[in-house]
Amino acid sequence: MKPFAYVRATSLQEAAAAYASHPGSRYIGGGTNLVDLMKHDVETPDTLIDLTRLPLHDIRELPTGGLRVEAGVSNTDLAVHPLVRTRYPALSQALLAGASGQLRNVATTGGNLLQRTRCPYFQDVSKPCNKREPGTGCAARDGVHRDHAVLGHSEHCIATHPSDMAVALAALDAEIELYDGEHGTRRVAAAGFHRLPGEHPERDTVLRPGEIVTAVLLPPPAPGAVSLYRKARDRASYAFALASVAAVLALHDGRVRHVALAFGGLAHRPWRATTAEERLTGAVPTDEAVREAVDAELAAARPLPDNAFKVALARNLARDAVATLVRSAPGAPPARPQP
Amino acid sequence: MPTTPDTPSALGSPARRSEGREKVTGAARYAAEHTPPGCAYAWPVPATIARGRVTSVDTAPATAVPGVIGVLTPYDAPRLGAADDPTLRLLQDLSVPHRGWYVALAVADTLEGARAAAATVRVTYETDPHDVILSVDHQRAYTPEEANGGHPAHREQGDPDAALAAAPVRIDCAYAVAPLHNHPMEPHSATADWDEERHHLTVHDSSQGAGPVRTALAALLKLTDEDVTVVSEHVGGGFGCKGTPRPHVVLAAMASRRYGRPVKLALPRNHLPATVGHRAPTLHRIRLGARTDGTLTALTHEVTTHTSRVREFVEQAAVPARVMYAVPDMRTIHRAVALDVPTPSWMRAPGEAPGMYALESAMDELAETLGIDPIELRVRNEPRTEPDSGLPFSSRHLVECLREGAERFGWADCREPRRQGPHLIGSGVAAATYPVLVAPSTARAHALPDGGYLVEINATDIGTGARTVLAQVAADALRVPLDRVSVAIGHTGLPAASLAGGSSGTGSWGWAVHDACTALTARLERHHGPLPTVGLSASADTTQSAKQKSPYSRHAFGAHFAEVRVDTITGEVRARRMLGVFAAGRILNPLTARSQFKGGMVMGLGMALTEHSTMDAEFGDFAESDLAAYHVPAHADVPTIEAHWIDEHDKHLNPMGSKGIGEIGIVGTAAAIGNAFCHATGHRLRELPLTPDRVLTALGGAG
Repeated sequence: MKPFAYVRATSLQEAAAAYASHPGSRYIGGGTNLVDLMKHDVETPDTLIDLTRLPLHDIRELPTGGLRVEAGVSNTDLAVHPLVRTRYPALSQALLAGASGQLRNVATTGGNLLQRTRCPYFQDVSKPCNKREPGTGCAARDGVHRDHAVLGHSEHCIATHPSDMAVALAALDAEIELYDGEHGTRRVAAAGFHRLPGEHPERDTVLRPGEIVTAVLLPPPAPGAVSLYRKARDRASYAFALASVAAVLALHDGRVRHVALAFGGLAHRPWRATTAEERLTGAVPTDEAVREAVDAELAAARPLPDNAFKVALARNLARDAVATLVRSAPGAPPARPQP
Repeated sequence: MPTTPDTPSALGSPARRSEGREKVTGAARYAAEHTPPGCAYAWPVPATIARGRVTSVDTAPATAVPGVIGVLTPYDAPRLGAADDPTLRLLQDLSVPHRGWYVALAVADTLEGARAAAATVRVTYETDPHDVILSVDHQRAYTPEEANGGHPAHREQGDPDAALAAAPVRIDCAYAVAPLHNHPMEPHSATADWDEERHHLTVHDSSQGAGPVRTALAALLKLTDEDVTVVSEHVGGGFGCKGTPRPHVVLAAMASRRYGRPVKLALPRNHLPATVGHRAPTLHRIRLGARTDGTLTALTHEVTTHTSRVREFVEQAAVPARVMYAVPDMRTIHRAVALDVPTPSWMRAPGEAPGMYALESAMDELAETLGIDPIELRVRNEPRTEPDSGLPFSSRHLVECLREGAERFGWADCREPRRQGPHLIGSGVAAATYPVLVAPSTARAHALPDGGYLVEINATDIGTGARTVLAQVAADALRVPLDRVSVAIGHTGLPAASLAGGSSGTGSWGWAVHDACTALTARLERHHGPLPTVGLSASADTTQSAKQKSPYSRHAFGAHFAEVRVDTITGEVRARRMLGVFAAGRILNPLTARSQFKGGMVMGLGMALTEHSTMDAEFGDFAESDLAAYHVPAHADVPTIEAHWIDEHDKHLNPMGSKGIGEIGIVGTAAAIGNAFCHATGHRLRELPLTPDRVLTALGGAG
């Protein structure tokens, strides 16, 4: 672990200024991932700029009916917030499916988005990894990769993004609010915040150097929409997703008025299933229609020798999630007797 | 003599753990929590190649780190004396037998400084091709003389091949158990303090036996046993991987002696997989021959496993088959391949845990083939004497465990698998066995003038409640209330005793404590008038009695029942209920015994469903390096667990009538869960753990 300096910022301006004047610095929130990576020399910042004293700890209802979640809100506080539980159950469920109670108490909303992959090669500086050290190669491709990506990976990187929360945010059409000292504030869609690895797996997100995640903005839920998050994992708690799905559905006259599906554990970013959504929108969500839509989405999958099961797993999760939502959504066709 | 004849027997009572309060309040200090004045900190440097040799070590950047005291390398580390265990010959030569082998040690004023310095040590290597992947047909597989525990690697009775050929019903199956890691809560750590003036080394070590640590350190550092004190007062779990000294304590002692300062070394979690042992993977082939009524006529259990090139350790997984069932024609054999892998070692019930997974899965397959209830099949094959040795059992109540377990579990009511929505529910049963081991120990008991008693023995409490149960043994033998007895353990200055391993601790130590206290009672009975100010004492040494070969086959037995739920959408398997019934002699403390049984069952649950280490073919190390990746069961995985026992009176064990209970809880658990999985789904998976990837594939992928 490399010695580092520590700066405590109390305002966004102060944080941005500290970043500008300390080359090689990193922001720190809850530190549940960054500190581990520093201990293993994966992250070697010269300076840590602590953002936890910034006044970014509120969850506020917006006049539009949406929600503004500031970046410093802990995963626990976000998960149990009454408005999150009632309006965005997928988000609450995703948060509670992540990490452990202890970690969720410390981890922040902004930090959750910016956590790094748990690829074992990324976390071990004695091995090659293009994400950690561009140009050194990807050891996972021919190595231990059961947990790695099946969608959107490149020859340079097959890592997955580990966040559960980000998957729900992608499906809920959330936006991420960013701040930097030079350009002020901008917003990007949550579904586009994380990148695919392409030629530059070292860049996880579209964040610019020095930019700070200040908030997550949740739009008002689509009328009549229901949502859920479902995650498959190796153990019942404290395990990353082998695959997960966040699903949002609104029906009208038995047809799909709005649907959003996002997969976790399959790609370098939450995978918004736009192909499946397009096919389902306006359709009667029969099991057959859902299966075809999901299969069309997953036709793009390029599994590796040891992770082909993820494709079947994702398909099962998505079909089950939509079927579950169809049963609970207002405007659902009357339940038919089970064969 | 202040005895109270009507004192209820302390032995067998649910006495609470005597050091529990110290532990939960943080007052109990573990090996890394001792900080002598001037203490320095060490951080080891692991090799980053799988096989080859060190060609240079550049320590210049490391020594430039502020506060660095020095860096030990194979070129300049103190030369060590003889070691029985070659994994302790650290920094003695340039060879690298596996990835993660230590090639340097940074020592600094602070932990952070040592860690930073270690990261800057530049090592160059010459690499050789490596081979780290076990296969059943590996060209270099050989049959060793012995497997772990001194068991002959190969035993044969009758003509199993002919018997198999003639058997009306045959089972021929291959099973695989992944490499597993012990991962106790407390990583290995030691604080070593060499006093040049007194020519004395004091070490606080996280160990299952301070005695063996002292012996090894004395030999390695060319000291006498009297020059070394080892203290293992509180130990945060071991499960076998602290059974004998491990590299950390040798490095700490070497560094303290070289630099003349106390040195503390606590291994980081991600070093553990390569440096302190693991359960080797085992590949099993089991063939059973039977008559149509279920009577076994033939059994072969062939195990292939890996060991390292440093030291041979052969997981004795075919050994339990020698004990379990009445089979006239039987072959049990172990084959090993020495690979460029970390050295495997003991992990809770070495041999029995993987071996009984395979055997008890095969028995379930036979029951299924024959259409016989799996409990009934086992009952029909109950032996009169131990099949391999022909010795009579000192006691064997497997059938009683199966019957009582079936009753408590409601076995008769869950013989039909069920479907609840997307979930398949099934139940399974498996038998358990673990040998009764005993080792010589000595103990001293003192009657103090204040009416209290002190018992001294260098036993180790690795979280089992050893202190408490030894106090109970003492109180019983002294015929005094439990609260009058205090027990001193975990220090080489105390009377020598065996290590905490092989489920032998309570039996071995308790025997010595019993004898010392019985002798003291006799002395007190002869004594008249007030006690002298120094009190009265008596000692015992069980070397003669413990070493005597028993004319009996002595084993604990048990039965596991499990109900699992399989999610056909996700492939997730979760246990819904687990129940174990054990016949393990007299249960000396039902409170701590139940914890041990249940702890073993939870570890078996992990072995069945969540735990595995993956050998990386390219790099030669295990891919899972922390507790986020190595999945020990979390609370949410652990269902309702019940542990029961039957009253077993066995006069051929020790004065307490006890058998070991630390390991049998893990034996058979995985088979019961695997059998329940098969019952639920109709698919037999023969490779552990039962993770969603395997389950989904078996179920045909799509739901």
